Amino acid sequence: MTHSPDPPEHLSLSCPVAFSEHDTVQLAHGGGGRMMRALIEELLLPAFRDRSRPGGLPLPHDSAVVEMAGARIAFTTDSFVVNPLFFPGGDIGKLAVYGTVNDLAMAGAQPVCLSCALILEEGLPLDVLRRVVESMQQAALAASVRIVTGDTKVVDRGKGDGIFVNTAGMGLVPPGIEVHPSRVRVGDQILLSGDIGRHGITIMSQREGLQFAGAPDSDCAPLADLVSQLTRLGADLHCLRDLTRGGLAAALIEIADHVQVGMEVVESAIPVVAPVRGACELLGLDPLYVANEGRLVAFVPAAAAELGLAILRAHPAAPQPAVIGEVVAAHPGEVELRTVLGSGRLLDLPSGEQMPRIC
Amino acid sequence: MKFIDQYRDADAVRQCADAIRRIATRPWHIMEVCGGQTHAIVRFGLDELLPDLITLIHGPGCPVCVTPIEMIDKAIAIARRRDVIFCSYGDMLRVPGSQRDLLTVKSAGGDVRIVYSPLDAVALARQHPEKQVVFFAIGFETTAPANVMAVVQAERLGLQNFSALVSHVLVPPAIRAVLAAPENVVQGFLAAGHVCAVMGTREYEPIVAEFRTPIVVTGFEPLDILQGVYLCVRQLEAGRAVLENQYARVVRPEGNPAAIRQVQQVLHTVSRKWRGIGEIPASGWALRPAYAQFDADLRFQVQHVQADEPAECLAGEVLQGRRKPYDCPAFGARCTPDTPLGAPMVSAEGACAAYYRYRRRRAV
Repeated sequence: MTHSPDPPEHLSLSCPVAFSEHDTVQLAHGGGGRMMRALIEELLLPAFRDRSRPGGLPLPHDSAVVEMAGARIAFTTDSFVVNPLFFPGGDIGKLAVYGTVNDLAMAGAQPVCLSCALILEEGLPLDVLRRVVESMQQAALAASVRIVTGDTKVVDRGKGDGIFVNTAGMGLVPPGIEVHPSRVRVGDQILLSGDIGRHGITIMSQREGLQFAGAPDSDCAPLADLVSQLTRLGADLHCLRDLTRGGLAAALIEIADHVQVGMEVVESAIPVVAPVRGACELLGLDPLYVANEGRLVAFVPAAAAELGLAILRAHPAAPQPAVIGEVVAAHPGEVELRTVLGSGRLLDLPSGEQMPRIC
Repeated sequence: MKFIDQYRDADAVRQCADAIRRIATRPWHIMEVCGGQTHAIVRFGLDELLPDLITLIHGPGCPVCVTPIEMIDKAIAIARRRDVIFCSYGDMLRVPGSQRDLLTVKSAGGDVRIVYSPLDAVALARQHPEKQVVFFAIGFETTAPANVMAVVQAERLGLQNFSALVSHVLVPPAIRAVLAAPENVVQGFLAAGHVCAVMGTREYEPIVAEFRTPIVVTGFEPLDILQGVYLCVRQLEAGRAVLENQYARVVRPEGNPAAIRQVQQVLHTVSRKWRGIGEIPASGWALRPAYAQFDADLRFQVQHVQADEPAECLAGEVLQGRRKPYDCPAFGARCTPDTPLGAPMVSAEGACAAYYRYRRRRAV
C-alpha cells in the first residue's frame, strides 16, 4: 500500500481514488475477500518469505507441511475473535479447536496436538472463561486431539472483547497422501460436504438481534475424521478446502485463481437450508458468500467422484453431500456459476464482508 | 420457498423469454428503474435469456448510488464527532465521499453502526442518552415510511438526542429527467414495484401521456422482470403507450394511503442533487420545518458542505442509460469495488458493481 491518503495536486484526476487504498487496517482486511488477500500477498508473504530458497511465493494452503525426522508434519495456527462468545451450535472455544483441526485436515493430516493461547480482558467473569475452556476440552475430545501447551495474557478493560483465542496445531500426513491446491486438475469433480451458510447467518442473527423463524444452528464441526475417511481415495484426493469467511465462493475463486484453472459450478446442486435462504433473501445476501465452520469442498478425478460421494454420504459430518461442479480448461482463474435459470454468471471475490442491502 | 420459487421456475422463465422473442421484431431499449431489478438481472443472467433485439438499460434507481457526494461528506463530518453514534444501512458505508468513506471513519474510531431498521437507531438513542444518535435516512419512496416512522417515534418519546440526515429521492422526476434529455434512448420503462407499493401508480400516468412512453410497474423476481419486459415490448410493437401493472400481487393503484399520509406529514418535496446526474427539480424529500429539531443537517450545522464528484467517473452516463458500465475507461481498472470512483461501483445494486461482479469477463 504505497498510496498516500491525499495525493499531491499534480496527480490530479489520474489518481482520484488513492484514499480508497487505505493506509490503516480496515475491518475488510479480515473479511476473507480481496482486501484480506491483498494484505497477505502484498505485505505478509513478502515479509516472511524464505530468501534462502529460490522461486516465487508458495501457493497458499490451510496448513504448511514440513518434513521432520522422516515424517510429514502439518502445522497451522488460527485466531478467534468471534462476538458473541456463545451462539446456537457453538462458542468461541469450540470454534478455536475445530478451526485449527480443520485447517490441519485440509492438508490431509490427522491432527495430533494443539496449543491454546488466551488473551483475556480485565473484568471477564471467570465463569465465562470456565465455560469456554470446558468447551475447548470437549471439542478436543470430539476431534481426538490433545491440547498440550498454552499461554495466558490479560489486557486492560476496553482493550479486548472478553476473550480472544489463538490455537496452533500439528498433525501427521499419512504416507501416500498429497492434498494440495497444486494437484487440482482439469476434469476434477468438486464435491461439497453439506448445506452452506449456516454459521454466518447464525452469528448475524445473534449479533444483530435479528429473529428468524427456525433460525439455524452454526455448522461448526470437526472435519478431521471425515477427511481420514476421504484419504481412502489415496492419491485421487487432490485438494481439500474448508469453507470459512467468504463462503463457498471465496474458497473456489481462490483455488481457481492460484492454480489458474477454470471452474463451473451448478447453483441448483448447492444445498442451502430454508432458514438460511430466507435470511439471505431478507438481508440481500448471497449464501455463496456466507461463512461456514464445518463444510469442505474436495477435488477428485471424475473416476473417484462416486466413491468420494459415497464416503461423504456415510459420514455424519457431511449432512447433504453433492457434486456441485467441475474443473475446466476454459476461463482459467475464473469460477462460472450456472444459475437456477440455466444462464451463466461469473463469481467474484467480495471486497470484504457482505453488507446487508438497503432494499 | 413460497412466493420466491414459483417466480424463479426455469421453465416458466424460459417460456416467458420465448414469448418475448416471438413478439419482438425491432430493436427496443427498455430501462429498469430500480437497483433491485438490476441486481436480479445480473444475478440470474436474465439479459442472456433475452433476444438480441432487446437492450436493458440500468436506471438511476439505486438509492446508494444517487445519494449526492456532499451528503456523504456531511455524514462523515457528523460521524467523526465524538459525541455521535452514526447509524446507516450497510451498503452506504463504503460509498466514497470526496475524501474518504464511512468505513474509514469507523476504523479511525468513529462510532458508525449498521442498522437494519431506522427504529433500531431510535432504540439506540433511548439506550444512550449521553450520545447524539444520527440516522442516515436515504432511499426512494420505499424506505420513506419507515424512516419517517423513526422521526415520529422520536418525537413521541420526546428524544432530544435523535436526528436524521435526510436525503430522500423520488422516482417519477428521475424518469422525467431521463425522457427529457435530448440524447435519450430509452423507449419504455419497468417502474420500481416497491416504490409503487407505497406511492401507487397514478403519478406515472401523466408521464406516459406526455412522453408517449410505456411504463410497466414490475416486481423483482426473474419471472416478474421478464413479464414486465414482455408487456413493455408488446406495447412498443403495437405502437401503444399505457401504464400497466405487472406487480399487481403487491401494488395497488392507490398505493398505501396510510403510509403516504404519514410521509407527507413529516416530509416535503424539495429540489435534490443526484450523484452523477446533477440537480433535478422537485425530486427529493426533506424534513418539513415543523420537524427541524430532528434535522441533522441543522443540528450539526453541515448545510454549507459542498463537494465535487471525480471527473473521471461516468456514473451519470451509466445511470441514464447512455453507456454500459464496461464502456467506461475506468471500469475494472481504476474503478473496482475495492477502489470505487463512483457509487454505482459500491452498492450490490449499483450497475457498475453488478457488472463487475457478474460480468467482468465480457468487459475485458
